[in-house]
Amino acid sequence: MAARTLYDKLWEMHVVRQEDDGTALLYIDRQLVHEVTSPQAFEGLRLAGRQPWRREAMLAVPDHNVPTLGRRDAGVEGIADPVSREQVATLDANCAEFKIVEFKMNDVRQGIVHVVGPEQGFTLPGMTIVCGDSHTSTHGAFGALAFGIGTSEVEHVMATQTLIQKKAKNMLVRVNGHVGPGVSAKDIILAIIGKIGTAGGTGYTIEFAGEAIEALSMEGRMTLCNMAIEAGARAGLVAVDEKTIEYVRGRPFAPKGEMFERAAAAWRELRSDPGAPFDRVVELNAADIVPQVTWGTSPEMVVPVTAVVPNPDQESDPVKANGMRKALAYMGLSANQPIESIAIDKVFIGSCTNSRIEDIRAAAAVIKGRKKAASVKLAMVVPGSGLVKKQAEEEGLDKIFMEAGFEWREPGCSMCLAMNADRLEPGERCASTSNRNFEGRQGQGGRTHLVSPAMAAAAAIAGHFVDVRHF
Amino acid sequence: MQAFTQHTGIVAPLDRPNVDTDAIIPKQYLKSIHRTGFGPHAFDDWRYLEPGEPGMDHSKRKKNPDFVLNQPPFDRATILLARENFGCGSSREHAVWALDQFGFRAVIAPSFADIFFNNSFKNGLLPIVLPSETVDRLFQAVTARPGLELTIDLESKTIRGLGDEVLTFDVDDFRRYCLLHGLDDIGLTLRHADEIRAYEARRKVEAPWLF
Repeated sequence: MAARTLYDKLWEMHVVRQEDDGTALLYIDRQLVHEVTSPQAFEGLRLAGRQPWRREAMLAVPDHNVPTLGRRDAGVEGIADPVSREQVATLDANCAEFKIVEFKMNDVRQGIVHVVGPEQGFTLPGMTIVCGDSHTSTHGAFGALAFGIGTSEVEHVMATQTLIQKKAKNMLVRVNGHVGPGVSAKDIILAIIGKIGTAGGTGYTIEFAGEAIEALSMEGRMTLCNMAIEAGARAGLVAVDEKTIEYVRGRPFAPKGEMFERAAAAWRELRSDPGAPFDRVVELNAADIVPQVTWGTSPEMVVPVTAVVPNPDQESDPVKANGMRKALAYMGLSANQPIESIAIDKVFIGSCTNSRIEDIRAAAAVIKGRKKAASVKLAMVVPGSGLVKKQAEEEGLDKIFMEAGFEWREPGCSMCLAMNADRLEPGERCASTSNRNFEGRQGQGGRTHLVSPAMAAAAAIAGHFVDVRHF
Repeated sequence: MQAFTQHTGIVAPLDRPNVDTDAIIPKQYLKSIHRTGFGPHAFDDWRYLEPGEPGMDHSKRKKNPDFVLNQPPFDRATILLARENFGCGSSREHAVWALDQFGFRAVIAPSFADIFFNNSFKNGLLPIVLPSETVDRLFQAVTARPGLELTIDLESKTIRGLGDEVLTFDVDDFRRYCLLHGLDDIGLTLRHADEIRAYEARRKVEAPWLF
């Protein structure tokens, strides 16, 4: 048989029916559901008189609208905003009506859908996994084909357990060698996006490989695959290795005993064959990657912390130069300004990109024994799930943050997209561990700089961006 | 789903790359549990001078006179002309609903983000990919002659209205078929229910841990 990529294998494993025009009916093993993109899909099922094809293949959790302040005991009633409350209450009602497992707001297992899936072993290698959320690419860290879909497709999967899809092309991003201290998975993915651009991966599934990727923990690989979508690719992948298998072992939804060993044997095959052809190959040297900071309103507008804000006059493409000028005006920055001179108002450590235990440990390690700068109005840590929060508290990390003047919050998407009460005011500047620096993303008029957890922590202490390697 | 066969309408130029779905429909409007009501909020942050929240009387909000869709004749546009990577970012189908409910039937751009592109077809909004040079010429034509109308014909995959020139574009056969007939693809897929069941039966043997 011809050498195949990991993506080729996952795709072929899930084809139910191949059509002549190149589209295929693809079987979907798991669907994650949250409150924002599901109500219209459930309503569609109701209107058509349909039932879910396989309700046990779904897991629901409210995350986008949930408040991060106050106790969770009250459940939905604890949401002050009536519009947000109605959306979460609608998820509860839909899950009850269609008998779908849901971790409600007052369940310790509640959290961001892309943190919860892997944490519970609901995400397994070799699966196809979808969710009405573009950051579903996160689950590709497990050698699973995972991608975001719109609400019509959410309904399609609910009703048929399949999707009509066209196969994407194969891209390999190889990161050779090892990153230095203070450089994280977030810096690797931002450097990749800076190199290929936010549309560089459009039409592709990206497999990340190379020593630097193999060296990453599962948390790091999730951070990497999470932002494949910011490089334009719906799905990112990392081959399965023993780290993957050990991470999954013993998780609540994972297979047990002999069945686990049988599954693990199959999972070990989930890697690209030697010599498998890729349509595009991009290589980076890990040693060249330094901590990254975005300066603009697209994740590709990113530079090393040691650099200056780029000058649009030096950009030859007029469409790009125009975009850069608009971004500089929105961000309130000038060309050639050193990144380290940019002062910040708020710090957000959280989101499906960087809210796992390793991220919180990395931030805490920088902060320990130090204080947030007086000029920083708010520094908040929002763990990715109730279980991450509990683990961090058992390690005493919450105290490190609180002693430094940080707020230690309840889990959810929070200020990554500001659908709850956590947001930037117009003109406020934020060092954020999230994934998107779009205009208004963290609140209308808010200015977002994407960084790693360690870089966000260092910025909170200094009051401006600093190179965490020398901090 | 509404069918798309032929459409003639005014073209509005939105001259910036990487227009993301957060810009097309800001997050505060995603709290709706309905499929309608998004039209007044398309490009909300760019379209209005004051911040907006759900439940406000949006007809009373001050509009931004510099935003192209507030300027006649573009306020009546039904075809949006955009730059590369249109619809990037979040998977929110609300972005497509907002464009559709604003009155757009088609978006022309050199490239689209994949999820947005898929979502468009599910709602009868036709995303058309044209080469960058052609898109450049369309921008020039629309700027020179505001109110320029184009006629898009999906059956023949052609665009007319740029002088005597006939532009052609490509669409997957299955998507074109569904769009021409306004077909809901869940119904089409369920015609293959037996094949889905057969696939599941085979996978239960090969990979029982998935079930």
